[in-house]
Amino acid sequence: MKRRRLEEIFFKVLMIASLVIILAILASIIGVIAYKGAASLSLEMLVQTPKGGYYLGGKGGIANAIVGSLYLAIGATVLSLLFALPLAFALQREYVNRSIARFTRLTLDVLWGMPSIVYGAFGFVVMVYMGLNASLLGGIIALTLLMLPIMTRAMEEVISMIPLELKEVSYAVGATRIETTFAVVLRQALPGIATAVMLAFGRGIGDAASLLFTAGYTDYIPHSLFDPSASLPLAVFFQIGTPIPEVQNRAYASALVLLVIVLMVSLGARLLSSRFSRNILK
Amino acid sequence: MRWRRTRDLLTGKSMLLAVVAANLLTFLIAFGLYLKSRPILAQKSISHLLFSSSWHPLEGKFGFYPFIVGTIEVTVIAMVLAVPVCLLSAIYLAEYSRSRLREMLRLVIDVMAGIPSVIYGLFGVIVLVPLVRQLGQFMGETTTGYSLLTGGIILAIMVSPIIISVSTEVLRAVPLSARETALALGATKWETVKHAVVKSALHGIISAIVLGFARAFGETIAVLMVVGNVARVPHSLFEPAYPLPALIANNYGEMMSVPLYDSALMLAALILLVVVGGFSLVAHLVLLRVERR
Repeated sequence: MKRRRLEEIFFKVLMIASLVIILAILASIIGVIAYKGAASLSLEMLVQTPKGGYYLGGKGGIANAIVGSLYLAIGATVLSLLFALPLAFALQREYVNRSIARFTRLTLDVLWGMPSIVYGAFGFVVMVYMGLNASLLGGIIALTLLMLPIMTRAMEEVISMIPLELKEVSYAVGATRIETTFAVVLRQALPGIATAVMLAFGRGIGDAASLLFTAGYTDYIPHSLFDPSASLPLAVFFQIGTPIPEVQNRAYASALVLLVIVLMVSLGARLLSSRFSRNILK
Repeated sequence: MRWRRTRDLLTGKSMLLAVVAANLLTFLIAFGLYLKSRPILAQKSISHLLFSSSWHPLEGKFGFYPFIVGTIEVTVIAMVLAVPVCLLSAIYLAEYSRSRLREMLRLVIDVMAGIPSVIYGLFGVIVLVPLVRQLGQFMGETTTGYSLLTGGIILAIMVSPIIISVSTEVLRAVPLSARETALALGATKWETVKHAVVKSALHGIISAIVLGFARAFGETIAVLMVVGNVARVPHSLFEPAYPLPALIANNYGEMMSVPLYDSALMLAALILLVVVGGFSLVAHLVLLRVERR
């Protein structure tokens, strides 16, 4: 009896220890980046583009990367919303039969797990066939591919939770499928859709591997879709790769900026969903 | 009336088109990469590409063996480190913790899953690399700290959220009756978990691990930053390795100037797609069956 009791306690301690390890790692990641980044963050870094000799420790900032990242992520979010919304609506049982919907969900799940470097490589192939160079447009295409499955899957999950009775009321008064979709489903799922959009945005703005081939990197803020574009993740990556301490410090600061954006977006997404879901019929 | 009908039909058809397009996307990506990797496949046999260790693009030698081994080793290290910790955490979350704590920790794990990989990589460079260097010195190995082990540790951290969240979900889906039977026989809580709950959730838990494996297999930037990137089969934990994703990411600049180089890198991406896609397809199929039951 005693041995069994000891085993219980032993494993309970082990489980709590595991959780503590996970939490401690997360806390130390955020702590280290915040501590190192805050030390070298300045207003100059946020509002200036790199000046001459920046990568040797010269003056300037990472405004090119901040603005570039926002362009890329916002562009890709809009583009994937255009595809994700109809797709998520289409997976309702009014539009496709169950097994096709199930198969599509499976496809999206597999695409969700695809490494972003694969999207980068495919984006590169597409760009070669379209005759594009590394550009804002190329980066947006690659990010859209990356974000589409995330966004669609998150939306579809919310849409499938809408009670059937609600839709039946709409059909009973003679509405067509598309009218029901807009009048009932869209309205009910709106907070969920907003959350999905923010989730995908957060994933997109932090991704580096898909942008390496497709968006390139530049010291200037892009003026057209065909200009190359800098991005925050790549700014971190390139700056930490130099041997010069000042430039490495700027990598920490860039990482902090990125981390703050991502955390704000992902916490905002959860808050949004809990705040708005109060008015939604369950 | 006619117009409403037409509009419904039109939107319905175009939505169907979206569904078809989404399902074709995987094949389109695979086909695009295959098209680009055909030149190298035409010149070298696939077994030569996969099992030759000689990587000298300038001489036209493209042996993926060290990269493939590097990828597998770094992924296996990550899984060895991550799986016990993640499973224990998941069991605690699913079986022991109160729902309030569970909700809070789910939020924390979601946040962790959303942190960009370049930040994990930076954390690896700042904290883990010096740590591993010291550990190496302590164990009498000369190492820069940029090594297989460092890559494995950072990957273990990165795949934790997905393993924990999927296996927590699977454990929660185990019906109460499975637990009640064991408890009624006088089993302690842990014995119930060990003999009844984990056993009936086993397929799902394995799927969670496979999903983590697939995620680790294709992770690029974070690994690239800490793993050392030397194209040689590593012989110890403290030696550098060079996984496939890192190979692709590192050489995008020069690939257009060397013949067949771009083709070789696209083939590497195709290999990643097939391996990762295959693993996650199987895992999701198993999870679907678990869900339906």
